[in-house]
Amino acid sequence: MKQSKKIGSKIYMAIMIIFFYLPIIYTIIFSFNSSRSLTKFGGFSLQWYQKMFHDSTMMQSIFYTIVIALLATLVSTIAGTITAIGLSKSNRILKGIVEQINDLPIMNPEIVTGIGLLMFFSALGVKKGFMTLLLAHIMFCIPYVILSVTPKLRSLDPNLADAALDLGATPWQALVKVIVPQIMPGIVSGALIAFTMSFDDFIISYFVTGNGVNNISILVYTMSKRINPSINALSSIIIVIITVVLLLVNIIPILKQKKEKTKYEA
Amino acid sequence: MKQFKNMTYPYILWISIMIVVPMFMILMYAFTKHGNDVATFWFTFENFTRFFSDIIFINVLKQSLYIAIITTILCILLGYPAAYIIANAKEKNKVFLILLITFPTWINMLVRTYAWMGILQDNGILNNILSLFGLQTKLLHTDFAVILGMVYNFIPFMILQIHTSLTKMDKSLLEAASDLGADKLQCFLKVTFPLSLPGVISGITLVFLPAMSSFFIPKLLGGGQYVLIGNVIESQFLTAGNWNFGSAISLIMAIIIMISMYITKKIEIRNSTGKGKILH
Repeated sequence: MKQSKKIGSKIYMAIMIIFFYLPIIYTIIFSFNSSRSLTKFGGFSLQWYQKMFHDSTMMQSIFYTIVIALLATLVSTIAGTITAIGLSKSNRILKGIVEQINDLPIMNPEIVTGIGLLMFFSALGVKKGFMTLLLAHIMFCIPYVILSVTPKLRSLDPNLADAALDLGATPWQALVKVIVPQIMPGIVSGALIAFTMSFDDFIISYFVTGNGVNNISILVYTMSKRINPSINALSSIIIVIITVVLLLVNIIPILKQKKEKTKYEA
Repeated sequence: MKQFKNMTYPYILWISIMIVVPMFMILMYAFTKHGNDVATFWFTFENFTRFFSDIIFINVLKQSLYIAIITTILCILLGYPAAYIIANAKEKNKVFLILLITFPTWINMLVRTYAWMGILQDNGILNNILSLFGLQTKLLHTDFAVILGMVYNFIPFMILQIHTSLTKMDKSLLEAASDLGADKLQCFLKVTFPLSLPGVISGITLVFLPAMSSFFIPKLLGGGQYVLIGNVIESQFLTAGNWNFGSAISLIMAIIIMISMYITKKIEIRNSTGKGKILH
């Protein structure tokens, strides 16, 4: 009885995992297809990769996606960390209000945030393009950084910073040498969330961009109306990049731990 | 230490401009006529009456609700067993399974949804498998395709939420229940399930909200003719150019989402003050 239950749950998880990975494997396989078809595999070829590298709009969209994601991550990580530290010292009412507004971009349907920003930028007369895209990405990334740094600040001993100040550290030194190192894990995970949020964003970007500035998501959306196997090549490259990044993020801490362990043992 | 609180002020200015003003603009546009600007502001309900008096829009709203509700229910029904199995797996497998489930969510949603277009095509893999059983049918550009795309994209959120609440659970409660004579099923129904409800509720929030407002999944998997409320908003802003009507529709959608969330929370509270009370 117990045995059959175990097998049952194994089968269930296997089906689930096939369901999750089918589209990913499918994309990678068909990116090497020699024919145009999205349903029949005609043989191995790299032609879609070649086409992709020669397609300037595709390469541009990859460039914009990476640049925007890096800049948005940098700015939002710094701004979010500063704000989170400030909030942890603010009075309860101010903190409550800021946190409520901070939650809005996370809680609101993305399409609502998108159209709000679209109207806002138009009202200002700003030309839609790189700048508006970057500003929008910073706007929706900061809340995630604040959310991931705040719990770390809560578990921080407030006396430590005071002790540093008493011992003659300037507030800046107390901040950089005492507070920041202790909340570093929160900052790093906030930065990682910000990066992937920006890298993957479609809905908000779609409404605030213009003048030919597209990210990968927008490109896939506009290209999907016609069959274009180059999309599969592009997708496969994204899949590989994300896999490598995730492996690094997950493996580096384990390696570090092992290194420290061997240090102790030696 | 007090000087650190000054560090909040730049962000307060930033959110006032980048979050509060755009939200306010949606409200303003929703209640004004097309072609108005700030100078000729004139309050009107016209956009709302237009929406609710047109059978086409009412049907779109109904269809969106139907798709979102079915998606949410399927995510619970399919996601709960998965979360339960993971929560009861060996520690080593647990980490691995969680990684397996979160990994696809890190890959662009558009990219993954686009792949389904190929899989679901008339002579795609899924239909080839179905044809072995003589069941070949049209899959792409149907309700089924749209729901499948939504379940695919949103179910990881549900699984992770339920899993978190299941692992937080105090295992000794189960021992106590079985010591007191409860069988496996009773243990599940009276202990495990009520305690996992908060996870189910936050899972519902994470699934229903994007399902209700999604517009690229219906466009890609439902085809150009398939219209959900998100598509109406998109077209009002990007093709029809009627921002007032578009704002009003997004306001209606946001209110419906808020009401649904409120109802789900109410159900949770009633459950936790009813039978679940014994546990607190």
